[in-house]
Amino acid sequence: MSGTFVGMPAFAAFPEAAREAVGNRTLRGNLRHATHTIRAKRARAVAEVSDWAELREAGRRIKDHTLHHLDRYLEQLEESVTRAGGTVHWAADAAEANRIVADLVTATGESEVVKVKSMATQEIGLNEALEAAGIRAYETDLAELIVQLGKDRPSHILVPAIHRNRGEIRDIFAKEMGEWGRPAPDGLTDTPAELAEAARLHLREKFLRAKVGISGANFMVAETGTLVVVESEGNGRMCLTLPETLISVVGLEKVVPTWRDLEVFLQTLPRSATAERMNPYTSMWTGTTGEDGPRTFHLVLLDNGRTDTLADQVGRQALRCIRCSACLNVCPVYERAGGHAYGSVYPGPIGAILSPQLRGTASEIDASLPYASSLCGACYDVCPVAIDIPEVLVHLRERVVEGGPAVRAGNRVLLKPAKGHAAERAAMRAARWALAHPGALRTGQRLASRTRRLHPRTLPGPGRAWSGTRDLPPVPAEPFRDWWQRTHGTDNGEGAAK
Amino acid sequence: MSSRERVLGRVRRALADVRPDERPYEEAVGRDYLREHGRRSTEETVELLAQNLADYRAIVHRSTAGEMADLVMRLLAERGSQEVLVPPGLPPQWLAAADPVRIHDRAESTPQRLDQVGSVVTGCAVAIAETGTIVLDGSPDQGRRRISLVPDHHICVVRVPDQVVSSVPQALDRLDPTRPLTWISGPSATSDIELDRVEGVHGPRTLEVILLSA
Repeated sequence: MSGTFVGMPAFAAFPEAAREAVGNRTLRGNLRHATHTIRAKRARAVAEVSDWAELREAGRRIKDHTLHHLDRYLEQLEESVTRAGGTVHWAADAAEANRIVADLVTATGESEVVKVKSMATQEIGLNEALEAAGIRAYETDLAELIVQLGKDRPSHILVPAIHRNRGEIRDIFAKEMGEWGRPAPDGLTDTPAELAEAARLHLREKFLRAKVGISGANFMVAETGTLVVVESEGNGRMCLTLPETLISVVGLEKVVPTWRDLEVFLQTLPRSATAERMNPYTSMWTGTTGEDGPRTFHLVLLDNGRTDTLADQVGRQALRCIRCSACLNVCPVYERAGGHAYGSVYPGPIGAILSPQLRGTASEIDASLPYASSLCGACYDVCPVAIDIPEVLVHLRERVVEGGPAVRAGNRVLLKPAKGHAAERAAMRAARWALAHPGALRTGQRLASRTRRLHPRTLPGPGRAWSGTRDLPPVPAEPFRDWWQRTHGTDNGEGAAK
Repeated sequence: MSSRERVLGRVRRALADVRPDERPYEEAVGRDYLREHGRRSTEETVELLAQNLADYRAIVHRSTAGEMADLVMRLLAERGSQEVLVPPGLPPQWLAAADPVRIHDRAESTPQRLDQVGSVVTGCAVAIAETGTIVLDGSPDQGRRRISLVPDHHICVVRVPDQVVSSVPQALDRLDPTRPLTWISGPSATSDIELDRVEGVHGPRTLEVILLSA
């Protein structure tokens, strides 16, 4: 139905992918260590600011207000960036964004680029598209480098190599670095400091000669045309300031109205993301600045399913996301299944609501993602922009099961109910009928109680999968309403329902 | 139809259900959060800056104008830097006692050339106590963004208390968004390997901050 490119090949539905991941002990150990560490640190960092609730509410309101007037703020942003010496491009989908970037790079005469880690360019599969155009893209964030050298996929928004331990990273560096440039030093050990040093040496030669840099952005300020990139290592600063040409690919939901709005997000993002008071480096640039930094700046505004998401009254709140990944780190499902099981560049709870909206629910993996949750609500509690992820999950489950109106690639469509949910739908219809017919309900309950010794321990047919991992609730010896009538007389309980 | 019109058209259709909100933006958003966290004297604010800088592994020094030249000389000597990058507007008396050769960042200096320089000394635009952050805005005493990035050793001078604010909101008030801004909180760091924090990846591995009182 939708041609939205997802940056990844077709994936098995979440339950199958997760089952495999849960069986991998190394992966589970790596993930457990990482998520528990950052969870505790984040709680401390948030407790330091007494007005966290107010900051969270302000963040929610700023983002909602912006989304509700998105056309106005995008036009204002375009004008501000242009006035500051930048060029703005609009891309309706991944293919268009990739084409624009490839053409811009080709026009510089260069055949390699350095990249700051960017979720948007992961989403559209930019590296693969550039490769097809004869351009080599070097990821420069340490974790992205690990992923790129390991011919792997990111498994976390903020720490893409969270699923790898130091021993695995050492092996990847020792084996692969030589293929891409400066090889890893001989006798490289697995201490994080040595591994970081190897990455520094390997990448520095690329930074120093790069003529084109590609980035995303955490925020874009409509009023001033300022772009903001938040990072830790300095690779972002390298890519943003050393090359002659800078191309930023940014999802159009990243716009905020005013300069002052940054005071909210620069307090909530670092604490939610890396659990720091402030990340080591934040770069802000407004168009081009004479001799300082790139002479040419291009901003590619990316839709790729975002306006479809905006059209959904419940689901549009997912566009408030500032990609801090706090929801991943607290999620019991993510902790066990890992990021790859989500089959999307956006894993975890936010991925479970964002991916099926950006891509539609037509594929098996996307239809399964709204179910990749226990609905425990921890993700909502930690979200610094108060996205009610459980609400959207339930809303998307309804869409998967019932179908209904939605917007895909800008067009209104009527979704058919997804396959594989017939039993669930039939059970819900039966329940609705029974609850609307008290007499039948009573007869059924009495029958169930009298035959309780004959009930199977597991469900037959389509219910088998459900009862395979759960205990069936025991049927009481007597229905509640009979008990009530027996112990409380006639006119209160059942009498009212007759 | 251009992609610009297509995307903006989709946005407008997607928002057909939204009732127009004619309240001014500031009223619609509301800002109930604090301008700063806690009450502190000027002295305490400077002390908090020093603590938070040190907490993120910046090395903090205090100095008066009279002691600056000797302090800078000592810090450069400890690093063994033969050359030091100097922005065009750096007060010359700060380096009056320093031995290393002063290198200026010229249009023709390649990044490779700057990579050979051991240290850089800059001023700053503002420093934020609550987060331990210094902000550079490219003024003449700070120079281009690349000079505080490529050398491995950055000495940054903060004039206290004038350049120190308590909080992020107060810092944004003072900054000019039309200038290129670099916010620095401690040295370059990564937590990408098992969430173990390692200082020094691509940016300067050592950040020394001199709190210069009048």
